[in-house]
Amino acid sequence: MAYPANFRYTKEHEWVDAKDGVATVGITDYAQSELGDVVFVELTAVGKQLEAGKSLGSVESVKAVSEIYAPVSGEVVEANGELKNQPEIINTDPHGAAWLVRIKLSNAAELDKLMDGAAYEAYIAAKGKEASA
Amino acid sequence: MNSAISPIISELRKTPLNALHRGLGARMVNFGGWDMPVEYPATGGLMAEHKAVRNAVGVFDVSHMGDIRIRTGKAPGGALAAVQHLSINDASKLAIGQAHYSAMLYPEGTFVDDVIVHRLGEDDFLFVINAGTREKDISWVRDNVKDFDCVVEDLSDAYTQLAIQGPRAAEVLQKLTDVVLSAIRNYWFMHGTVCGLSGRMIARTGYTGEDGFEIYVPGDVATSEKVWNAVMEAGKEFGILPCGLGARNTLRLEAKMALYGHEISEKINVWEAGLDRYCKMDKPEFVGRAALAKAAAAGLKRTLVGLEMVDRGIARDEYKVFDAAGEEVGVVTSGSPSPTLCKNIALAYVPPALAATATKLFVEVRTQKVKAQVVPTPFYKRPRKAAASPQTVTN
Repeated sequence: MAYPANFRYTKEHEWVDAKDGVATVGITDYAQSELGDVVFVELTAVGKQLEAGKSLGSVESVKAVSEIYAPVSGEVVEANGELKNQPEIINTDPHGAAWLVRIKLSNAAELDKLMDGAAYEAYIAAKGKEASA
Repeated sequence: MNSAISPIISELRKTPLNALHRGLGARMVNFGGWDMPVEYPATGGLMAEHKAVRNAVGVFDVSHMGDIRIRTGKAPGGALAAVQHLSINDASKLAIGQAHYSAMLYPEGTFVDDVIVHRLGEDDFLFVINAGTREKDISWVRDNVKDFDCVVEDLSDAYTQLAIQGPRAAEVLQKLTDVVLSAIRNYWFMHGTVCGLSGRMIARTGYTGEDGFEIYVPGDVATSEKVWNAVMEAGKEFGILPCGLGARNTLRLEAKMALYGHEISEKINVWEAGLDRYCKMDKPEFVGRAALAKAAAAGLKRTLVGLEMVDRGIARDEYKVFDAAGEEVGVVTSGSPSPTLCKNIALAYVPPALAATATKLFVEVRTQKVKAQVVPTPFYKRPRKAAASPQTVTN
């Protein structure tokens, strides 16, 4: 799966798609493939003020729980309710329909600290090499 | 994302099938010091593997498990006496060619490990033990049989062990062996030719709650890969899948089979784990017997129960359990979504007063206390075949 060039990425495998001061956040295709079949998603409440690096919820597969961290600071203005009924769309459409939350950016400069698509692809390629060494 | 999955480190031990697993694109994890496949995403992953075993057939590399052979020394009866001393079940009741579930205990009545004891001959036994406790078990056996006339051999690295599991397992394996598999009852074994290799052990055992076999073949890479590939080829028409430790765990949890370090450990005794029927107190002596007699007289303080989550949330290993009054009363030993039942299930230790079916309890899932209830176990029991079929006899 391609990593959209206009997204920004964290080392913890979240993606951010920022438009007009609002950041849509999800987990990357790499993250979902590491997790395996996603069966449960829990997201923080709308209205919550998040600081970058703080938990915005968790995604669980059959075998593991993954805490998801806010890549940017701001208020949660929307959470993806569809994931409650269909958590498995994280496996099939991680960069699209399976977005997790929308955050109203309180500090847009935080985006500059994140990786672009090419840097992220290089980052996970290096991780893959490490794992098979 | 911060995943709980351990990273691969270079000193991990490998089974002879390691390169094959990596070639299949398996996701590998550190399991008790072993680099093992947890699932094979390219063929559908954990959920698909679990369902393959319940509905058709799957194959697991379980070569990381250990094997200890205990044979008699000079006089007859030495090995049997040693096995009786070491284990809780009554090995004198085993016929040659039969196996049973058993365990080795510390003098305190708690677990060194659980084992499958196979009686190879009148005075010849094979213990199949857990991977993570291999070294500990082998020294435990050696230290505790010093007064017995027997020979202890560590055969752990001699075999590649494959578990072929599921309702179609017999049909798959029958293509590869001259042994009449329908003649092997549950927890019995035979020797015969498998994939052209003579004298191979075929046991009707497993860790999935499903019918199936475990085969033991020479542990070199070429032979191991040849046998694995032959099993995959023979199972093709049934949709056989390679299965990892992830599915192995969900399968055994549904069937309420204990996992060392979880339901059983050096801190848990036989009564608490509910393994009474494997523990023969009428045997005159075995390591841990005196402590167990004492514990039985003192009464149970905690007992293993099955939980089903009533509200949204997944119980995981080591999560705390609370009663309706908010008092902490126990701990989850294994918890997971159940792919067969489509419910979130768990095993937990709680006081006997809270062990009755339908008792309401709460599991602390991160910051929330999520409602659960006690349910009968095993969570899953395989359907009995309709026709008279000797292979589904359980012991």
